[in-house]
Amino acid sequence: MFRFYEFKEGFRIALVAIYANKMRSVLTTLGIVIGIVVVTLMATVIEGMGTALDKSISSLGTDVYYLSKWDWFGGEWWKARNRRDVTVEQAEELREKLAIAEAVVPVASTWQKTFKYRNRSVKGNVNGTVPDYEVTSGVVPAEGRFFNLYESNAGRPVCIIGHDVARNLFEREDPIGKTIKIAGYSYRVIGVFEKEGDFLGTSMFSKDTQAFLPLENFLKVFGSNRSIDIHVKMREGVPKEDGKEEMIGIFRSVRRVPAGEENDFGINTQDFLKEVFDSVVGTIGIVGFLITSLSLLVGGVGIMNIMFVSVKERTKEIGTRKALGAKRRSILIQFLIEAATICMIGGLIGLAVSFPLSLIINEILPSSMPLWVVVLSLSISIAVGLVSGIVPAFTAARMNPVDALRYE
Amino acid sequence: MPLIHIKNVVKTYDMGAELVHALSGVSVDIEANEYVSIMGPSGSGKSTLMNVIGCLDTPTSGLYEIEGENVGDLDDNQLAELRNRKIGFVFQTFNLLPRSTALHNVELPLIYAGVPSHDRRALAEQALVSVGLGDRMTHRPNELSGGQRQRVAVARALVNDPSIILADEPTGNLDSKTGIEIMQLFSDLHQQGNTIIIVTHEEDIAAHSHRIIRLFDGKVASDVPVANPLVYQKA
Repeated sequence: MFRFYEFKEGFRIALVAIYANKMRSVLTTLGIVIGIVVVTLMATVIEGMGTALDKSISSLGTDVYYLSKWDWFGGEWWKARNRRDVTVEQAEELREKLAIAEAVVPVASTWQKTFKYRNRSVKGNVNGTVPDYEVTSGVVPAEGRFFNLYESNAGRPVCIIGHDVARNLFEREDPIGKTIKIAGYSYRVIGVFEKEGDFLGTSMFSKDTQAFLPLENFLKVFGSNRSIDIHVKMREGVPKEDGKEEMIGIFRSVRRVPAGEENDFGINTQDFLKEVFDSVVGTIGIVGFLITSLSLLVGGVGIMNIMFVSVKERTKEIGTRKALGAKRRSILIQFLIEAATICMIGGLIGLAVSFPLSLIINEILPSSMPLWVVVLSLSISIAVGLVSGIVPAFTAARMNPVDALRYE
Repeated sequence: MPLIHIKNVVKTYDMGAELVHALSGVSVDIEANEYVSIMGPSGSGKSTLMNVIGCLDTPTSGLYEIEGENVGDLDDNQLAELRNRKIGFVFQTFNLLPRSTALHNVELPLIYAGVPSHDRRALAEQALVSVGLGDRMTHRPNELSGGQRQRVAVARALVNDPSIILADEPTGNLDSKTGIEIMQLFSDLHQQGNTIIIVTHEEDIAAHSHRIIRLFDGKVASDVPVANPLVYQKA
């Protein structure tokens, strides 16, 4: 039978007892505090990475395949090393044969070239591509424009630069129309992309630090003996699996892969980001879970210990309460509430510690501590209190009143 | 029907190597509104008898009925409920909750009886006024003198309107003057119709009661009325 007054009295007693032993109670909660700090920060980080992932996925464009010599994620790179290069000609052949594709875009890249404007310089990746890149990437320049078919075919020395490149080279100056040096060659800036932001602390997948040139020009300047990427965007309404199968089939024939042999190229999608994300989250989760359970275990044992002390100290009080008519249940509830309250205070201290830390995390990852984390951690605290309080509370509840009254 | 009916009660403790017979066949009847002292040297079984009467312990054999209710059949929780309804305890060491006010201490039995908080407060205040502590309700035990503490304990014993007030050496921790005040309080309560049982080893204290039961070796050695009970006049 549930009686509210028992809870009220239990809660009152718990607060009085905890207040009387402030230092002891707070020290006891240390394990709980650490556990709660870890679990809340972990959740905040995971939540923040999820938000970052969503932004990155949208920056890569959706439903685009990236055919490459390499597998971006997983795969066997030592096998991939021996594959033949993916060439511009293959891209051209694929574009002609793959009718279901809205755009097939060759992208050649080179790493860490110097961009220079007057006395300023910055390093970044350089890509050579064609005007349809706007279609596959789903991004148009925020300022200026992308190069057109004429500039592309003629291999004009024009470029579109990423947001960070523009800011570093030009500060407040308008970059459009200015001429910059890329690896020593002059290019006129005709467009600037919008800022995309980082993912997992790297701008590797964002255009912010990169420059885009007409493919013809790129191959002349940086050499044509290289393996390129092919970005394929399907037409709307093409079923995902069918489109992928057809693309693979055609590209196998383009690369003359004998029937029965495995693909000699990587079919990458943005899904790889999800895989990276899941594996990172998995690692954080496992480590966090271990630390959390360990500290909660230590905390729980500490609570159990202090509850045994509390029960022992108050043996006479228990005897008195029993003499006055307290049933086993009343005593049990009293001590369970005390244990749960101590742990809840630990949980609140933990939240008070981790909330400012989550604000610091927010500087790195776009995230704030979600409400469900607050609810979860307080629930965990109370659960730890109840679990570790149950044995001492039973000890108290089962005391013989005669012996308890005689206890000094 | 007597208020308390004790018939051939035996209480045996198993101390491992030997059986200790704390009570070996005690028979006592106590009527309502009696004022009884239970006396005896240590080891005579008076504490055990008090525990049995107070429903803190059940007899090994024999019959104990309180207002016709057989205590021997009851389990732990039923005993707790019975104590709550029928017994008001006064202890030698007061046994107040040190961090609670006088008022909350007196409210305790009502909390376990499930009395709603508004009624609880009114009853507790009334009990404190009746023991002369109307102006000390919000004081904690360490802010009260020994005599005042014992008065709070008496108020706590009274508040549930029990059948019996059971006092175990109620003046044992008090100086003689304060002790006399407490005994005065018991005399008043007796005159108001309460049944009072005092366990003591002091003749002076027992002299206030109207009947003295002396125990020796777990048996009733004598059970006699007091010819002229001591009554202090109010100063």
